[in-house]
Amino acid sequence: MSEPRSEQPHRKDVQVALAGQQNAGKSTLFNVLTGARQHVANYPGVTVDKKHGQYSDDLGTVYTVDLPGTYSLTSFSLEERVAREFLLGERPDVTVNVVDASNLRRSLHLTLQLLELELPLVLALNMMDVAASRGIQVDKDLLARRLGLAVVTTVGRKGEGREALRQAIRGVEDGATATERPHPAAVVRYGALEPAIEQLMARFATEPRLSDLPRRWLALQLLQGDTAAVQLLAERLGDDAARPLRETAGRFIDAFETAAGIEVSDHVVSCRDQAVERLLKGAVQGAGNGRPSLTERIDRFVLNRWAAPFFLVATVFAIYQVSIVWGYEITTYTWPLLAKARELIAGLLPGADFLVDPYTRSLGLWLVDSANTLLNYVPIFLILFAAIAIIEDSGYMARIAFILDKILHRFGLHGQSTLPLILGGVFAGGCAVPGVMATKGIPDTRARMATIFTVPFMNCLAKVPLYTLLLGIFFVEHKSLMLFYISTMTIVFALLVAKLLTKTVLRGQETSPFVMELPHYHLPTVTGVLRRSFERTWQYIKKVGTVVLAVAVVVFALLHLPGLSAERKAHYEAEAQAAVERFAAALEGNTYRDVALGGNLVPLVRYFTDYKRAKLNATGAAGSARVTERFQARNADFYPLVKPPAGDRDARKAWRELRKLARARQGLRKDMREERIRTSLLGTIGRGLEPVTQLAGFDWKINIALLSSFAARESSVATLGVLFQQDEDQNATLEERMGAETRAGGATALLAVSMILFFALYPPCLATTIMVKVQTGSYQWMLFAIVFPTLLGLGVASAVYSIGTAVGATGIQAMSAVYWGAVALLLVVGLVSDRQASRRLRARLAET
Amino acid sequence: MLSLNDIRPGGRVRIRRHLSTGAVRQRLLDLGLMPNAVVTVVRSAPLNDPIELKLDASNVSLRRREARTIEVSPLEADAAEPDHV
Repeated sequence: MSEPRSEQPHRKDVQVALAGQQNAGKSTLFNVLTGARQHVANYPGVTVDKKHGQYSDDLGTVYTVDLPGTYSLTSFSLEERVAREFLLGERPDVTVNVVDASNLRRSLHLTLQLLELELPLVLALNMMDVAASRGIQVDKDLLARRLGLAVVTTVGRKGEGREALRQAIRGVEDGATATERPHPAAVVRYGALEPAIEQLMARFATEPRLSDLPRRWLALQLLQGDTAAVQLLAERLGDDAARPLRETAGRFIDAFETAAGIEVSDHVVSCRDQAVERLLKGAVQGAGNGRPSLTERIDRFVLNRWAAPFFLVATVFAIYQVSIVWGYEITTYTWPLLAKARELIAGLLPGADFLVDPYTRSLGLWLVDSANTLLNYVPIFLILFAAIAIIEDSGYMARIAFILDKILHRFGLHGQSTLPLILGGVFAGGCAVPGVMATKGIPDTRARMATIFTVPFMNCLAKVPLYTLLLGIFFVEHKSLMLFYISTMTIVFALLVAKLLTKTVLRGQETSPFVMELPHYHLPTVTGVLRRSFERTWQYIKKVGTVVLAVAVVVFALLHLPGLSAERKAHYEAEAQAAVERFAAALEGNTYRDVALGGNLVPLVRYFTDYKRAKLNATGAAGSARVTERFQARNADFYPLVKPPAGDRDARKAWRELRKLARARQGLRKDMREERIRTSLLGTIGRGLEPVTQLAGFDWKINIALLSSFAARESSVATLGVLFQQDEDQNATLEERMGAETRAGGATALLAVSMILFFALYPPCLATTIMVKVQTGSYQWMLFAIVFPTLLGLGVASAVYSIGTAVGATGIQAMSAVYWGAVALLLVVGLVSDRQASRRLRARLAET
Repeated sequence: MLSLNDIRPGGRVRIRRHLSTGAVRQRLLDLGLMPNAVVTVVRSAPLNDPIELKLDASNVSLRRREARTIEVSPLEADAAEPDHV
C-alpha cells in the first residue's frame, strides 16, 4: 500500500482486506467499517476499482482495502486475478471474509479458498437480518470452532456488528503467529489428488524462491492448470526451473483424470462442496423452508411475461421524470446562483476596455462560463445517480438486465449494458462520462467494448440545447415528431453500430457467458444511496471538470490566435476614435460634458452596458427598483445619463448620444470578433474543412461550432451564439438571429437535419474520450472512439444532405426517411442474426 | 440426453454434468450449479431468453445457449409448489 505505515512499537498500524462474493454486502460493510474516509483508485494497469479507507482504534490506524467481489479465486476473470494478486502480493495482516449468512452453502467455497492462501482470516456473517427473516439460524460458535476462525455476525445495512468486527480484526492480528496456518479441520482433503499435492509441495519446499507462497495452494492451482499460477511459477523460478514442475503436474493431471474419469477442477470443486456440507451440518438450521420468499412473490409480478415490459418502461420513465425533468426545474433555481458567481468574478477581473478587453478578463470569463455550464448539471446528476443507486441497491438492475438481455445480446451488447445506456441518456438527458464509467460492471469484454463505443450516441444533456435550437428555427410545425425521432434514434443507431463493431473490429475480443445472480430485493438505505450519488457526482466534477477547463484554455487560444494584424487593429481603433469624437462633438456645450468625457468615458460606457443588462435580467418591479438603487449607489454622477430625469433636456441628449456610442462600440466589437475568429487557428481549420463538410452542408461557422463542441458539447451552442452575436439593443434570441442569418445564407431544414444527424453520431466529447481511455486502458481504442464516429457522422450527414438536395426533399421528409430506414435495417439485422445464431448453435451441439 | 434448456418453468431437475469448459464452467460451478445439485426452473424472460433458476438459497439467470450445455435428469414433482409464470 502507498500509505506510510508507522513502525512505532506501542502503536501498531495494520492492513486489512475485505474479500467476499458479489451481493454479500461487502461494500456496505466496508463503509460501516471505515466511515467517510475513503479513496477510490485503480489497481495498477487494470480498470478495476481499488477502494481504500481507514479508521483508527486504540492501537493505531487500520488501513482497509475493499477487494472486488468474486465468487472464487480462479484466474478466469479480471476481478478474481486482481483480488488474488493483491492477497498474495501484499499479504494483508488480516483478511475479512464477508459472507451472506443466508447463503452459506455457496459462500463458504470462497472461505475455503482464502484459507488455502494461508491468510489470517476473520469471517463476517453479514446480512444476518435477511437470514433471520428467512428462518435461517446459524450457530456461529460451532462454525467458529470448526473453521478455527473468529466469526462475527453483522448487518451492514444497519451498521450492526462494527465494534465486534473491529475487535476481531485486532484479535486475529495479535495472535497472528498462532493462526498462521488454517485450522486442521478446515483444510479440505482432496482424496485421490492428495498424493500429487503432497509431492508437489515437497518439491516446492526445496525451492527458496517459493518460500513466501502457500505451497498447498500453489500445488492445487498447478494441478488445476491455472494459467496465472503457471505464470507465477515461471516468473519466480525462470522458465528452465519451472518447466519440470509444470511437467510433473501435467503427468499428475493425466494420471488422475484417467483414473477418476473427471477433470481435476471438477473434483476440487466437489471436494470443497463436501467440505462445506460437513462444516454446515448442524450449524445451520431452517435453510429453504419452502415458503416462497418476498423476493419470489415480487418477481411473480415484476418479471411476469406481460407485466415486465410495463414495469421496465415505468421505471425508466420515472428516472427520466425525476432526474431530467424535475432536475431541470431545480437548475432554474441554481442557475441564478452560478450567474451571480460569474458577476462576482467579472467584477474582480480587470474591467472591459472600449474596444479590446484584456486577455485576463476574456479568458477568465471564458473559464467561468465553461465551468458554469458544467456545474449547471450538478443537481440533475445528483438526482440521476441517486435514482440509479436505488435501482441498483434494490436488486432491480439485475432484473432489467434479465429482461433486456435477449434484444441487447442480439446486437452484440449485454443485458448489463442497460445501465450505461440509461446513464448516457437513452431518451433524453444523461452524460456519456458516467455511462462509460458504468460499463465496468459488464463481465463480457466484447459486449463491454461495444457498449463503451455506443454510449456516446445517447442524447447527453449537452446535445439537447443544439437540438432545441435547431428545432426552434427549422421545425416549428413538426417539433413533436422531430422530438420523437431524436429521442428514439439514439438506441436505433446504438444497436446498429454495436452490431457493426461486434462483427468487425471487436470480433476478436473475448466474450463470456451471461450467468448472473438475481439478488434478493433489499430496501436501499438513505445513507447508501446518498453516498453513491455524491461519490459519482464528485467523480464527474473532478474528472470532467479538470479536462473541460484544460481544453477550454486550448480552444480559447485556438479562437484568439494569431489575432488581428496591426493594420486591421489600427483600422478598428480609428473607427472607434471617430465614434468617440462624434460623441464628444455632440456633447459640446452640454452640462454633462465633463462627466462623460476624458477618463470617464470608458467607465461610463461600461456603466451604461452593465445597466442595460441588469435591467434586462431584473425580474418584476422590485427587481427593477433594486437595479436602480444599485446603480445610483455605484455612480450617482453617471446615473442621469443612463436614466435621464424628466425634463432634463441635456441629460436626455447625452443619453441619446451615449446610446449611439455604445451601439457603435458593440458593432465594432462584433465585427472584430468575427474577423478574429475567422482568421484564428480554429477558423482556419474550419474553413479548411469546408470542401469536405460542404457535402453535409456545413460552412465554416458550423465547422467551428462542431470542432469546439469536442471540448464539451455545451460549447456548440455557445460558439454559435458568439458567431451569430447580437447587437446590443436587439433582444432577439439565438434562434431568431441564427434563423435570419442562415436562411439569408440559403440554409434549409435539410441542413438542420444534416447537423442533427452529425451531432447524434459525432465523436464523444473530450471528457468522454478520456474516460474511454480509462475504461479500455488503451490510447488506440481512444483514438478509434474519436475517428470512427467522425467518419460515420460525416458520411451519414453528407449522404442525407447530398441526396436530399438532389431529390429536393424537405427536412422532415429526409429525417423520416433516415429514421424509418434505420428502423427497418435494425429489424432485418435483428432477425437475420437470430436465425444465424440458432443455426450455428444447433450445428455446434450436433457435433458434441 | 435432456438439457436444462428443455425444462419448462416449474420443472425440478438434478444436474448431471457440464459440457461447457473454462470460464463458463467455472462460473456455473461458482454460482452453485454443481453436479448433483437440484435446481428449479423458475421462469423464462419475457422474450423467452434468458431463463431464471432457483438454487438452494439463490436465484441465477443464464442464457439458453449456456443452459443447453448442462445435462440434467428430471426429478419427481416436489411438494413445494412450482412457480407459474
